[in-house]
Amino acid sequence: MMNSLRNFALSLVGITLVIGLWAMASAFWSADLPSPMKTWEESKLYIMQPLEKRGEMDQGIGLLAAYSLVRVAKGFLLGILFGAPLGLLLGASQLLSKMFDPVIQVLRPISPLAWLPLGLVLFRQSEPAALFTIAICSMWPTVINTMHGVRAIPQDYINVAKVLRLSPWKRFTKVLLPSTLPYMFTGFRLSLGIAWLVIVASEMLTGTPGVGGFLWQEYNSLIYSHILLCILTIGVVGFTLDRMMAFVENKLRTA
Amino acid sequence: MAYFKLQGVSKSFGPRSVLDNVNLFLDEGEFVSIVGTSGSGKTTLMKIAAGLTAPDAGGVFLSGMPVTSFPNHAAIVFQNYSLLPWLSAHANVLLAVESAFPAWTKQQQASQASKYLEMVGLGKAAEKRPSQLSGGMRQRVAIARAFAVEPRLILLDEPFGALDALTRLTLQQELVKLCQEQSPRATALMITNSVDEAILLSDRVVALGRGPAARLSAAVPVNLPRPRDPRALLHDEAAVRVRARVTEFLAAAGSKSGEAAAPVSPRSTSVPAEVR
Repeated sequence: MMNSLRNFALSLVGITLVIGLWAMASAFWSADLPSPMKTWEESKLYIMQPLEKRGEMDQGIGLLAAYSLVRVAKGFLLGILFGAPLGLLLGASQLLSKMFDPVIQVLRPISPLAWLPLGLVLFRQSEPAALFTIAICSMWPTVINTMHGVRAIPQDYINVAKVLRLSPWKRFTKVLLPSTLPYMFTGFRLSLGIAWLVIVASEMLTGTPGVGGFLWQEYNSLIYSHILLCILTIGVVGFTLDRMMAFVENKLRTA
Repeated sequence: MAYFKLQGVSKSFGPRSVLDNVNLFLDEGEFVSIVGTSGSGKTTLMKIAAGLTAPDAGGVFLSGMPVTSFPNHAAIVFQNYSLLPWLSAHANVLLAVESAFPAWTKQQQASQASKYLEMVGLGKAAEKRPSQLSGGMRQRVAIARAFAVEPRLILLDEPFGALDALTRLTLQQELVKLCQEQSPRATALMITNSVDEAILLSDRVVALGRGPAARLSAAVPVNLPRPRDPRALLHDEAAVRVRARVTEFLAAAGSKSGEAAAPVSPRSTSVPAEVR
């Protein structure tokens, strides 16, 4: 109890220090960087009326974040829909994993900025291109963790499946899947983190409404305080998502 | 003709020979124990008997058919329970029942699982996960899972090895009870490190010499009436003789890698006078 109070106080000190640095930077270094106070003044409307819709891009930060979250959710689901089965296959088959490991290692580090134009070429519309980008960038941790999960199934459980003479389907649902699930979920969590990182890039380039789209538009309209508003929103939302996934992951591990 | 046969089984891991020409024939309904010290290749032998590991030479036969994967109408109890931690006790047993009796209705399968859990005294803990059960209770679930499929062959791989002495005694009694309630009696092969446990449960006891290249001793028949009382066995003359013979072999094998022991051969040739 004392400890968590102390940790909380320490994190407040940290936040205050960073805001202090920010204020100093805007006062003495870059005149274009809005001060914390100015950022708050100009963003107040968006934060206090988070669900207000005034125009295509001119909306409360809550609504913009919601658009982005829906887009991320779609792309993320698409990613794990392909990623999890792929991971299971690669984990179960030495042959397949040897075949595709180099491909995965090469595809994994590619930036969303590189995938998006390809998505636009393939789908000719910004929304599917954005989803494609999110899915293909975020699926790799799910693929790799699921693969490791399958390989890490204890020999005991494999023996149980053998001596009970389980059918392939039962082997999958009663042994393989439950044993792999905690690993898979670690993959899901990392994937979601990446999906959220990718959203800004894909919205910027496609100009769709959302936190990233708004950020880019406000940069073009020279309202720099809103850039900071968007950055902070992205950070807070990303942090919350990660905490939520970590919570579920913990539940699975102890279960 | 023997019902379950291990014939000329040898196994090496790399240059290290673990089992060397092991022969063991079991008649139908017979309970045979293999007693061995730790590191004598007991586990390897059991894995081969169960069809989980292939021997380098020789083979395992059930009703004359070679065993290459775990046979049908058979069950095994592992030392480390090997329950699936994400399933309740009942679901663990049910999984085995469903697989053994796919033609039964869901209800028949469920009541079969419940029946066997009750037989090992776990009727009330049926919905608990293995992590919520003590070691003894977990092994009870594993035993229920093995017997619930109504096996004709039961393999017991140091089933009580991880339990304290008192729990061990109770579970031995329950195992005896379950074996006797089966009709006709299943054939059972148990691996254990306790000579007394072997004498209590078996019709014949065989000693496995210390590895490398472990061999089996001649079989020692246990011609004691059932039910047997573990305390009375301590002083029973016949039991003392059996214990002495098995212990002697183990000691001899320990000092000089099996050379002092009787040659390896199936029961019928090694101790013909005592064949029942």
